[in-house]
This record gives sequence, C-alpha cells and structure tokens, in this order.
Amino acid sequence: MFDTSNAKKLVEVRDLKMHFPIRSGLLRRVTGAVKAVDGVSFDIFEGETLGLVGESGCGKSTCGRAVLRLYEPTGGSIKLDGEEIAHAPFDKLRRLRPKMQMVFQDPQASLNPRMTVAGIIGEPLSEHSDMTAQARLDRIYELMDAVGLNRDFANRYPHEFSGGQRQRIGIARALALNPKFIVCDEPIAALDVSIQAQVVNLLEDLQGKLGLTYLFISHDLSMVRHIADRVAVMYLGKVAELAPRDGLYDEPLHPYTQALLSAVPEPDPTLHDEANRIILQGDVPSPANPPEGCNFCTRCPKVMDICRRIDPEFREVKPGRFVACHLYAEDTNQTAANAAEPIGA
Amino acid sequence: MLTYTIRRLILAIPTLLFISFIIFLIVKLSPSDPTAGLPLTIPPEVREQIRESLGVNDPVLVQYFKWLKLMVWDEPLHLVEDWTGWQIAPDGPRIISYQTRSPVMDLIVQRMPQTLWVVGTSYIVGILIALPLGIISAYRQYSVFDQVGTFISMVGFSVPTFFTGVLFIVIFAVHLGWFPSVYDTTHEVTDWDSFVVQVKQIIMPVMVLGLYNASQISRYMRASMLDNLNQDYVRTARAKGLGERVVVLVHVLRNSMIPVITVIALNIPAVFGGAIITEQVFKVNGIGQLLIIAIQGGDVPVVQTVSVIFAVLIVLFNLIADVLYGVLDPRIRYD
Repeated sequence: MFDTSNAKKLVEVRDLKMHFPIRSGLLRRVTGAVKAVDGVSFDIFEGETLGLVGESGCGKSTCGRAVLRLYEPTGGSIKLDGEEIAHAPFDKLRRLRPKMQMVFQDPQASLNPRMTVAGIIGEPLSEHSDMTAQARLDRIYELMDAVGLNRDFANRYPHEFSGGQRQRIGIARALALNPKFIVCDEPIAALDVSIQAQVVNLLEDLQGKLGLTYLFISHDLSMVRHIADRVAVMYLGKVAELAPRDGLYDEPLHPYTQALLSAVPEPDPTLHDEANRIILQGDVPSPANPPEGCNFCTRCPKVMDICRRIDPEFREVKPGRFVACHLYAEDTNQTAANAAEPIGA
Repeated sequence: MLTYTIRRLILAIPTLLFISFIIFLIVKLSPSDPTAGLPLTIPPEVREQIRESLGVNDPVLVQYFKWLKLMVWDEPLHLVEDWTGWQIAPDGPRIISYQTRSPVMDLIVQRMPQTLWVVGTSYIVGILIALPLGIISAYRQYSVFDQVGTFISMVGFSVPTFFTGVLFIVIFAVHLGWFPSVYDTTHEVTDWDSFVVQVKQIIMPVMVLGLYNASQISRYMRASMLDNLNQDYVRTARAKGLGERVVVLVHVLRNSMIPVITVIALNIPAVFGGAIITEQVFKVNGIGQLLIIAIQGGDVPVVQTVSVIFAVLIVLFNLIADVLYGVLDPRIRYD
C-alpha cells in the first residue's frame, strides 16, 4: 500500500473548473454552460496511482484532459512539480509537456493514421530534444522493447495492429520523453478483457521501473481497485469522495460511493443473492443545470433538508479520507457515523 | 499497386470502346447535315456528291469502325510524328473536319496550348486561393473570416461563370477600362511591356475560372479539415507538446489533403476540356471554343474526336485519383 505520509506532492489541483459554453439562438449567444468539471481539488503524490472513477458523463475524462491543459480550464489552478500549468503561456506549457503525458482511451483514433510507429514514437523526441537520427532510432527501439512491441514493426502503420498493440504504441509514445506524470484516460476501455490485463500489468511494471505517477481514469471499479493506491470518485463534475483504496472499498463514506460499489457484480452466486444492492432512483441531472445544494441530492437515499440548500464542503473527515457530504459535517458527526454503519460494516 | 494499375488500365479499354461507340452514335444519329452550313446556291445534286465524298451515306457500323481505326491508330501516330519527327505515320485518310477541311488532330494541337495556358493557370490560381482559405476557415470555424469565406465560396459556387464573366467584362473592361475584354492568342511575349499586356489580358478569364474552382475546392478543404481537427490524434499531437503550426500543418493538413487531392485530380480533365463557356465569353480560341463552333456547324468529326479525348482523360484521371488515394493513405492497399 502506498504511504502518503512522507511522499512529495507531484500534482496539486485546486478548484479546477471546466465549463463548456452553450450557444443558442440566431446570434449564437452564450446562454449557459455545461459544467463538466466544477470545482475539483486533489493532490497526486509522486510515485502513486490515483484512480478516478465515476459513471459515464461525470467529467472524468474532461478532468484528466484539463489537468494536462488539453482544454483551457475555466478556473482553478493546476501545479505540476510546483509549476503552474493552468495559466502558463503557450511556450512555457510546451516546455512542460515532456513531464506530463497522456495515454488515450481510443488507441485507433488517437494515432495519426498516416504516420508509422517510429514516426509516432519519435516525433516528441525530435520536437523536444536534439538527438541525432541514430540516437532517436535507438530510443524508439528501446521504448518498443519496454512496451513489448517487436522492433520489426517500427515502419508499420497503426491500422496494421490489434487494439492491444496500438495501446502499447500509445504508451511507448507517452513514455518517449521520460515523463513524471501520465494521465491514463480509460486506457483499457476499448480493449478485450484478455488484453486489458496485459496492458494494466504493463502499466504497473513501467511504474515500478520508471517511478511513474499515474492518474488512472476508469469506470471499471475492479480494475481501479487492482491498480490504484488512492481513489477519487466523481459525480456530476465534482469529487464526491477521495480515499486510500482499501479504506474506500471496505468502508465507503459517501452515499454515492456506497451505491457505486454495491453495483460491482458479485462473482459468487451464493453471495450474489445476499448482496444488498443500493439502486439509485432517477437519472443523473444535466451538468448544464445541476441541482441547487449538493449535486447528488436528487438521487441520494440519505438526503436531508440541508442537502437541497447548501453545497457540502469537500473536507478531510478522517486522516487521508476526504468526502463532500453533509452526513460528515462537524456538527452532525455523530449521525454520520451511524448512517455509515449498515453498509460499511 | 502496379498490378492494380495495370488491371485498371486493361479494364479501361472496354469502357472507352463503349463510350466511343455511344458518342459516335449520338453525334451521328442527331439530325444535323454537314452541308447545312454551305451556301444555299449549291444545287441539291452537288450537295449529295459532297455527302457521298464525306462518307456519311455508309452504314453506321461501317462508319464507326473506320472512324475507330483512325482514332486509335492513325491519329495517335500522326501526333507522335508531329512531336518527334519520326516517319511512322501511315499515308491513309485522316479524320477531317467538315468545316476547315484540315485534320481534326491538327486543330486540337493548335488550340490546346491556349486552353492549357488560360484554364490551367486558373486552376492553379484556384487551388492556391482555396487551400489557405479552407484551412483558415476550418481552423477558425464560425469566425468572421469563416463566415465571409463560406458565403463567398457559396456565391462563387452557385453563380455560373458565363454570368461572372460578363459581369467582370462590364465592370473591369467597359466601366473601368483596366483590362481588355478579348483574350488575344496571337499576342507574343517578347519584352516587359508585352508581358504586362499578357498579364492584363489573362487576368479576367483566370480570375473568373479561378474563383469558381477555388470556391469548390475550398469547401472540400474546409470540410475535410473540420473532420480531422476533432480527431483524437490531433489531441495526441498537442499532448506531445508540438507547436500549433506543426499540429495543424503537418498532422491535420496531411490527413485532410487526401480527399482534396483526389478531388483536384478528378477535376483536371475539365482543364483540358477548357471551360467551354468561359473560353467563349473571353474569345479564347481553345478546345472549348473549338467544340462549340463544331457543334454549331454540324462538324461531326470534330465533336466526336474532342468528346472521345475528354472521355479518355476522365477515365485516366479517375484512375490517377484512385492510385493517389493508395499512395497517400497507408490504410488503403490495392493488392
């Protein structure tokens, strides 16, 4: 288990907001905004894997992209190794890119179809270093070895590979410049289950060898449990809960986390019948028009009056465990402990 | 790729034979009389003798095969002899224009340079305008530049060249007097002054056709760029830390050029064909004008020959466009 007590913070995200304008009418005026990410804060420690989970459309991927500033964030601050990314001018950002890379969800679409594998992996090298052609080729071969690709494939095009191989190309590309921090945006979602394990194990091996730090975005709770050291749960553009992996999976605090974890299928048929699933009623509200108060108040099984009026603060309720819920507010601490009892136990 | 090209070339032969037969029949069976343009004082029996000497009273199939043999064998040899000076051309009859009594191929050889010069320049000008226009329009989608550019290209696309041509003449030749309204093909460039005259007289036809081509190609360019700008690999390129110029001009543009280049290749036969109407408007005596005059005069051999040459060019450039696709897009393999 990763120890956060004496580790150094590599990434600090504070109140990150990513709103996409909605334009409508004849003159296409801005009439609203989709609040894809709405005030998210978290830290990632050097060498750890932070899992980011949530259902479709909750803003996981947007958050991951905004952290690397592949979008222009609406507000907030992102620091990588103490350097501000969110408002960095373009040239400074370009120099920071080698430190932070991304592995994309769709390994087919995220590789330029007209470039060979060597071209794809080698381009960051020619852009950010002054290696000779031979040194670059050596580095490309080294990277291909590292991700388990045959060197003979260097001159082939992405469409000639299988999904798992393409994702390996994507990983090799991300590794080319020795980054410290990699955002893995659902890197396994587009792959077969048999290939998923290979890719995840590859990511873990590389982390061990190269000391990488991951932000691992996924909707696959079991996979996140396997790879992550700490887990953040997102709901409708906000982080509902952030906790060390074992704590979160054994004793989820936020009602949404409880519901989410109860949805993981139980493989044992005898236990399956006893698994008390929490079934949420209704749909996720539109991120263009989130409810007043807590984002989860429309579906929360433990909703209180205060939830519909005041947005709960995202705060540390136990060491290392952050949660945004009124159940754990200081004055209601007692009730909170009781409320969490039945499912946590 | 080579086997594919060869197979396509072989397949083109029956296609072209069929096209030539249709063209021959349509022109032949149309109710036009090669002697209709001659003076009315010529007595009917003399007219009949003229028709007989032209061979128009033979059965249609006989005429077709005689013409076909000349078209695919004799005339190309004459063409080669003209270019190289080798004595290889047969002595037999040639395809003779009814109107001018000279071989059709000679007429085409005489007129081709004017067409290639004027229409070819306009095509290149059109591409040079269209590519940046399409790229910037797509990159700044819905900006003022894009709105104006899209509007102009829609207008340029929908207003026919015989209208814009006449409009240009009225404005720039009649009212402003900047440029001559007639393109003088006998003008020779010998020094700076005559070069200026040449530039002045070529500007209007080139711009009329160039704007038309530009509006067409820029729409393809813009659409293709927009398709690619939203692709994931563009985000990958940005994540690599590439400059915006490299992202757009290397990653996006290269992928966007695939469909645009094939469109450009497919339109090249139109350059050889000459913009028939525009040549007429500016009195450029090129292939297009030759065809119009031949149609008006019932000059069957000229119409047939020119149409078949167009057909050959269209089939050829279709093939070139397909092969280019395979060359440019590594995902497409023909073997």
